[in-house]
Amino acid sequence: MSTGIEAQVLQPYKYGFVTDIEADVVPPGLSEDVIRLISAKKGEPEWMLEWRLRAYRNWLKMPEPHWANVRYGPIDYQAISYYAAPKKRPQLESLEQVDPKLLETFEKLGLPLEERKRLAGVAVDAVFDSVSVATTFRETLAQQGIIFCAISEAIREHPELVREYVGSVVPYNDNFFAALNSAVFTDGSFAYIPKGVRCPLELSTYFRINTSATGQFERTLIVAEEGSSVSYLEGCSAPIRDEHQLHAAVVELVALDNATIKYSTIQNWYPGDEAGRGGIYNFVTKRGKCLGKSSKISWTQVETGSAITWKYPGCILQGDNSTGEFYSVAVTNNRQQADTGTKMIHLGKNTRSTIVSKGISAGHGQNTYRGLVKILKGAEGARNYSQCDSMLIGDQCGAHTFPYIDVRNSTAIMEHEASTSKIGEDQIFYCKQRGLAAEDAVNMIVNGFCKEVFKELPMEFAVEAQRLLGISLEGSVG
Amino acid sequence: MTAKVLLEVKNLHAGIDGNEILRGVDLTVRAGEVHAIMGPNGSGKSTLAQVLAGNPAYTITTGSAQFLGKDLTALKPEERARDGLFLAFQYPVAIRGITNAYFLRSALNAIRKSRGQEELGPVEFMDGLEEKLKLIGWDDSYVSRPVNDGFSGGEKKRNEILQLAVLEPKLAILDETDSGLDIDALKTVAHTVDKLRRPDSATVLVTHYYRILTHIMPDYVHVLSGGRIVKSGGKDLALELEEKGYDWVRDKAPVA
Repeated sequence: MSTGIEAQVLQPYKYGFVTDIEADVVPPGLSEDVIRLISAKKGEPEWMLEWRLRAYRNWLKMPEPHWANVRYGPIDYQAISYYAAPKKRPQLESLEQVDPKLLETFEKLGLPLEERKRLAGVAVDAVFDSVSVATTFRETLAQQGIIFCAISEAIREHPELVREYVGSVVPYNDNFFAALNSAVFTDGSFAYIPKGVRCPLELSTYFRINTSATGQFERTLIVAEEGSSVSYLEGCSAPIRDEHQLHAAVVELVALDNATIKYSTIQNWYPGDEAGRGGIYNFVTKRGKCLGKSSKISWTQVETGSAITWKYPGCILQGDNSTGEFYSVAVTNNRQQADTGTKMIHLGKNTRSTIVSKGISAGHGQNTYRGLVKILKGAEGARNYSQCDSMLIGDQCGAHTFPYIDVRNSTAIMEHEASTSKIGEDQIFYCKQRGLAAEDAVNMIVNGFCKEVFKELPMEFAVEAQRLLGISLEGSVG
Repeated sequence: MTAKVLLEVKNLHAGIDGNEILRGVDLTVRAGEVHAIMGPNGSGKSTLAQVLAGNPAYTITTGSAQFLGKDLTALKPEERARDGLFLAFQYPVAIRGITNAYFLRSALNAIRKSRGQEELGPVEFMDGLEEKLKLIGWDDSYVSRPVNDGFSGGEKKRNEILQLAVLEPKLAILDETDSGLDIDALKTVAHTVDKLRRPDSATVLVTHYYRILTHIMPDYVHVLSGGRIVKSGGKDLALELEEKGYDWVRDKAPVA
């Protein structure tokens, strides 16, 4: 209807540039030798390699899951390169030695790493393809005993901590993609918050896929000791490519007594073009364990990117009085497909979970909410509140909801609310009559719809999330 | 000297889904004037309001409509709004999660921007809003509520008038703003509209009822019936309609 909107559709994905940097890429293919090579490149101890190999041997026996409400062609796991790193290896101790091209890349992505330009109040671990290139504010954090570094570094420097917790929430044989990750994971972040410490900065990891025909398999582990708290945020993006690239990450969170972990994601992997060419397959396993009593884990995700999203950040509520939360906004436009939701497993007494899911479908997008709330026998007095709202923009898209509820304790209280609405022509006309352009009107209506989720995001990123949502939906209304 | 013509509608035919509703409307509105458009249900009053505002559901088949000398049909709804055409909706829509303050400021800034004026920050905007709120007898709790979400029918109507007060249009079309209001609310709304009159602006009141016209004195009263204006007159015509009903004018309507 308006040419202005059509022009917006043609606006390219903003983060689609490629950094021209010489990379050390392992040839495509997966075998025990490749895993040994990755492990050796990372200088890992023997136990880590053994663990990887166990995962790999399990993975070989596992079928790729196809129960999700998404469609894609077969993935050739032998065509993927499992390791890519910039050749000029940075020295993590000094930013001066980091390749300026890398610094420039992250600056372009809005994440300056140099001391004087850094975001105040946010410590960033920047991961480029398979390696962490820099972690800011390490000294400030170290003063309080907080460890925040690349997981490969943690495996070398803090093996006792990693060994205790890695795989304790997502075992190496948990599912097909988690097993694959366990076998080949390259980098990711590790955060450890000691007893009683409230982390003074937002911790953040930014994942950037750069090299073509590679997969990114990062692994993140966060441990919050008794009475500690931390807020963590991850962001991601990738260049525009015609091929699909696989991203299979694992995130594990462990919260001990009275600890709180808030984990926020702004996922903006390349979504593919209007015809569905290219884009990231985002097959991710994220899980938190509320191990201690009165602990709390809160997931907030804003999923605007990827060709296909398959992820269910969940909480195992083991400690009595522990709390799990899941706040999600998932957007699918053009040919994007998302099958996402959460799993809340109530084991402890008086455990509580809250699920607020907002799915937005536009273009030919398909958006599925899939959630499991499981209340086990011993979970006396457990409560769950679930709210799933879907919004449709246009008449070619779809919204689907699959809530699974499994209650084995009669004292449980469950509430489930769901709604589906179509963004109304009358709403858009109303806004236009007040002088707002169509795209601003849609933005406003959608942002209002997502407000309950956005308010959970750290302040610095809520604005970014709103902006991203705007970009993702550009051209969806004419 | 005659005042500037704001709106000029000539032989306007328009409809929805292939059904013709307006069958040749002629209407001229000049700066400083108040026009009342009255008529029975289904006569096309709301259609006229929606068509002038540019609702894409309606199609203009023949005739013309000019606003400030520009062909209205060539303008998008938002362009009409930015040029100063305002419609107070009969059924205002709700927008979840967006506060009234944010909505109003975004609208005002969109209009200001189109005129090359500086956009207002939240603080400056709130300063100006205080006075407008007072006009309609609201405290500022209303501005932090989501747009029309959970508002009563009367509150929604009042909210339209708040928007009118903030956006200060050249031409305000009020589509049955009076229906659904109790006597006190009607008085407040009508007095606000009256206070907002400016020599360079005009108001078109679309209404069923005489009572709002006791608060806002119209310069012209038009009776719309069967999709065209069948009778026009001064304020006395409204009183006559109040006494006799619409049948006597409807009977006078020329055969379509």
